[in-house]
Amino acid sequence: MLLIPCPWCGPRPENEFHHAGQAHIARPEDPAAVDDATWAEYLYLRTNPKGAHAERWRHSHGCGRFFNSVRDTVTDRIASTTRPNA
Amino acid sequence: MSQTLRIPSGGRIDRAQTLAFSFDGKPMQGCVGDTLASALLANGVHLVGRSFKYHRPRGILSAGSEEPNALVTVDRGGGRVTPNLRATQVELYDGLRATSQNRWPSLGFDAGEVAGLASPLLSAGFYYKTFMSPPTYWKRFYEPLIRRAAGLGRAPRLPDPDRYQHRYAHCDVLVIGAGPAGLAAALSASVNGARVILCDEQAELGGSLLSEIDATIDGWPAQAWLAETLTMLAGRATLLPRTTAFGWYPDNMIGLCERVTDHTASPDSNMPRERLWHIRAAQVVIATGAIQRPMVFPGNDRPGIMLAEAARTYLNRYGVKVGSRVLIATVDDSAYRVALDLARAGVTIVGIADRRTSPTGEAVAAVAAAGIPIHTESEILGTRGRMRVRAAKLSGPPGTVRCDTILMSGGWTPSVHLFSQSRGKLRFDGTSGSFLPGQSAARERSIGACAGIFGLAAVLESGGGRTFSVTGEPAMNVVARPSAADAGSRTFVDFQNDVTTKDLLVATQEGFRAIEHVKRYTTSGMATDQGKTSNMNALATVAEMVDRSMPEVGLTTFRPPYTPVTFGTLAGSSRGILFDPVRTTPIHAWAAAKGAVFEDVGTWKRARYFPVGTENMDTAVARECRAVREDAGIFDASTLGKIEVVGPDATEFLNRLYTGDFSNLPVGRCRYAVLTGEDGFVRDDGVIARLAPDRYHVTTTTGGAAFVLNLMEDYLQTEFPELRVWLTSVTEQWAVIAIQGPRSAEIVAPLVAGIDLPALPHMGVAQCTVAGVAARLFRVSFTGELGFEINVPAGFGQWVWDTAMAASPTPYGTEAMHVLRAEKGYLIVGQETDGTVTPIDLGLGWTIGRKKRDFVGKRSLARPDMVPADRKQLVGLLTDDPSTVLEEGAQLVDPRHSLGPAIGHVTSSYRSEAVGRSIALALLEGGRSRWNEPLLIAMADRVIGVTVTDPVFHDKAGTRLMAPLPPGGGGEAVPPQSITNPLSALAAISPASALVRLTALAHTLRLSVRASNAAATTIGRALGVLLGTVPNRAVISRDRVALWLGPEEWLVLAPDSETTLAQRAGSAGGDHPVSIVDVSHRAVSIEIAGTHAALCLNAFCALDLHPSAFPIGMCTRTLLGKAEIVLWRLGMETFHIEVARSLASYAWHCLEDARREFLDPEGSC
Repeated sequence: MLLIPCPWCGPRPENEFHHAGQAHIARPEDPAAVDDATWAEYLYLRTNPKGAHAERWRHSHGCGRFFNSVRDTVTDRIASTTRPNA
Repeated sequence: MSQTLRIPSGGRIDRAQTLAFSFDGKPMQGCVGDTLASALLANGVHLVGRSFKYHRPRGILSAGSEEPNALVTVDRGGGRVTPNLRATQVELYDGLRATSQNRWPSLGFDAGEVAGLASPLLSAGFYYKTFMSPPTYWKRFYEPLIRRAAGLGRAPRLPDPDRYQHRYAHCDVLVIGAGPAGLAAALSASVNGARVILCDEQAELGGSLLSEIDATIDGWPAQAWLAETLTMLAGRATLLPRTTAFGWYPDNMIGLCERVTDHTASPDSNMPRERLWHIRAAQVVIATGAIQRPMVFPGNDRPGIMLAEAARTYLNRYGVKVGSRVLIATVDDSAYRVALDLARAGVTIVGIADRRTSPTGEAVAAVAAAGIPIHTESEILGTRGRMRVRAAKLSGPPGTVRCDTILMSGGWTPSVHLFSQSRGKLRFDGTSGSFLPGQSAARERSIGACAGIFGLAAVLESGGGRTFSVTGEPAMNVVARPSAADAGSRTFVDFQNDVTTKDLLVATQEGFRAIEHVKRYTTSGMATDQGKTSNMNALATVAEMVDRSMPEVGLTTFRPPYTPVTFGTLAGSSRGILFDPVRTTPIHAWAAAKGAVFEDVGTWKRARYFPVGTENMDTAVARECRAVREDAGIFDASTLGKIEVVGPDATEFLNRLYTGDFSNLPVGRCRYAVLTGEDGFVRDDGVIARLAPDRYHVTTTTGGAAFVLNLMEDYLQTEFPELRVWLTSVTEQWAVIAIQGPRSAEIVAPLVAGIDLPALPHMGVAQCTVAGVAARLFRVSFTGELGFEINVPAGFGQWVWDTAMAASPTPYGTEAMHVLRAEKGYLIVGQETDGTVTPIDLGLGWTIGRKKRDFVGKRSLARPDMVPADRKQLVGLLTDDPSTVLEEGAQLVDPRHSLGPAIGHVTSSYRSEAVGRSIALALLEGGRSRWNEPLLIAMADRVIGVTVTDPVFHDKAGTRLMAPLPPGGGGEAVPPQSITNPLSALAAISPASALVRLTALAHTLRLSVRASNAAATTIGRALGVLLGTVPNRAVISRDRVALWLGPEEWLVLAPDSETTLAQRAGSAGGDHPVSIVDVSHRAVSIEIAGTHAALCLNAFCALDLHPSAFPIGMCTRTLLGKAEIVLWRLGMETFHIEVARSLASYAWHCLEDARREFLDPEGSC
């Protein structure tokens, strides 16, 4: 079980969290203005890196906040966690 | 025969306390302190099992957990049968019953031994080759035969009657292995005030010191030093004997299995049999020692052939001579010390066959001085003896020697399992031919023999970080490479899986080069012992066969568990009522008493139907449906998800999330709402009610509640953080009582007060009282009849239900609800939808706010794939034969190409009382343009004709919904004045424990408060308690407390009498927006207190509850098992728990389960 440093609550066991997918996938400002290909990319295309991966977690059974983290997908080590929009 | 090989004195056993036990039904005696293996050896028994494949007689090889041969089944009675236990790890108790395995009819005469004669057929990969034809024989004949012939113990057939528990623990230093290195490390860590846990797989802590009789440490005899060290550690560290660290998990989480009661003759049923420890350690010290390797020679597997150091352990620790005439085969000096100890005890050492040319050193000299023959450059060429070795042939003089025991000393393999599991890099040490810990990947260090450090003084120093003065231990050279051996069909490398050097040769000849491939082809190292004694010898042999170096051939991967762990331990308490929470509604007890049949909806139990007399489901549902259509029905809809959306931007937020446009929704009105994902597909639906300009009551499906709230929070926190709006789950705050049918108004109206009821339109909502209880009264219908959904605080749910029942509506369940809604063509998300259906497909295009610039999913609805007219659309189906009820999921085909692809499928299908025939809903390609078209349903055995119709079968005009309402009655009913904690019944029968007490606390006011930190001060003033901004800290003010649960989120607990507190605080924010939602009925409170409170919580809660990590005043949401709770520490030994009402009994049962081992002794008061 990972120990995940919540930016508000500090290190907490993994079972309090839910993974929330890749981080920094910004919703287009005006979805109507983007073409189908761009929209499909926003909807479906995600990276699957070996190594450092920016992802989101939610401290669902804690403070309830979504936050960003950088986790190494090989070692599972979390390099940093940050509050969103911070 | 009674312990003939027990020496008269010495060892750690208690000769005064004899224990009776039986092996294969034969009664024997042992002593307190014995293992089953040492007791068997004391009785002269070496033959304890038959081998896996060839059924060869096998004896006890080792004295530890690496034992490959001596596997037994222990039957404790009452279904407590454990197979494959290592006799070397089974502690003797009075009455122990053990049996040998894999033999028939008896251990001495085993019919399967003929397999040994057929061994040429059973070599590596035999099942790929020998038993291949004819192919049909494999399943019918060969496989059952081989499975019966091969194998270990039998799995028990009865349910496991024992209890198991988990415990989460945290420490600064976890020391794994309590040998000299581990003890020295634990001692040095604990004197610095660190939290230390020391575990060891053996019954006694001490490791090799338990067999050490000559050495002294710092002037103390080794065993006196051990006793003194354990005394010093006892008060400072958590000592866990009988506890195996079996697995390493991320971030220094170590899995430990503690065997709590198996060593006792009559286990305390309040104790768990085994306990799984999840230990999070800041640092781990690995002191797991080393395992002696067997020698690889022809006939090396006969009973009486064992590891040399094991013989020393049996002698010095258990007072048992393993034989009378002992031959020793060795490649290092450690066997010489064994020879000296045995000779001193009167055992005849017939000789030492040393492979080395000229062994030298202190131990060798002492052996020579004792007159024991040493044969150099000598090895064993073969052995004789069927049930026990009786002779061995040496490569040089004196040729064949008579012996009853052969001791092997093939060098040492450091136990790097856990280090390797921690993802540390192993390095190959060429001198010793072994893999040693290299670069660390986790916060750990390896000390002592597992790090390749030998010799007591060096081992102690590696653990304690200082110099120890050691005497009485001869200087020994124990560095020896693993034994490579010539191919032979009786030369065993892996005893447990019966793998010989010939098998390895076959594998290499067939082209396998990497050890991982050889392992899988030969099954070497794949047995329950995972090759602890065999892997390095196999590797060395394969390396020689393929003429490559050992690191080139590679090392097999170390995976958890280190030794087998029972399923019971892994499951822990998660059985029966604790397997998964069962959520029940406030009306559940009533429904159960009424004889309702329940169904699982997510983790909820919902009443499916209420059979009367001899009714089955069909007749009960038909009656319930008729009652709703013709009279009135009452339905428990409490499980519906409910979210209160509050804030000045609430409308804008809902507009962005849902397809509908709520800008023009007046206060006091509701609207059906559809939620799509960003991909445009329907995710959930519900009703959105506007309670105030800035306050909405949003309902979701029962199963979608958590998903919808999470999705909303996701958008709110990450995409639309500028919106000033907060979301509060009120699912459990409100009990929902649906009263539906033409007579519903007649039933409801007399109970309603505080509003002008006739003015309540269809899709209207009012805040009023119902049966004297503050309610949110919805005039909504999921049945097509005039109807109401009465939301009342959960604690009053039963009261309002009972009051309404006085007018005799018919209770109906979810099954009738499904039929009634299908008759109206109302869809159920998850039944009519499957994640690929858009609102337009469902005919719900009208819910989409056309004027809205954007909402979640809007852009996707404009993608080219989403608009074609031939997408699957929701339609009704009528079967040609009105009595045929279609199968849900059945496929629709076009009669013109009846062998063509399916063009749709049935989503719902029922017998309808109102329509007088069967009806069905389906998703059909281009369905809306196919009305009246005949189609076919293709079943496995027949074809059913259907006609496509409008999906609305009943009251197409919807006039029944629009009936006028009578005036309200004024609501004379007086509800109960106090709310009982739903746990009070459980609390009344809770057993006493002075160590940990459990209390169901009284009802209290609970407010979910959300506000910016800027507004917190003024709102806190109005609430009478400061809203602190320090995360996870509670602020107490006289009779109330504010618990920080998240940024801008507090849970305020205040006296029940503070009825206007929410209102006062809500208006205190001034210009600052604030969300205050009364959630008093959403949760219940439990207090757990006592010296063992934290320990009990840690059976289900993974948090570190040490006061340094979880001080007084700390509060947080977390998990208790599978239930979310709020945990708040009021005192050193007192915790307050808030748990959702529906999960309260689950949480209570968890805590009771954890308390069980700490209950007061029976009879005490």
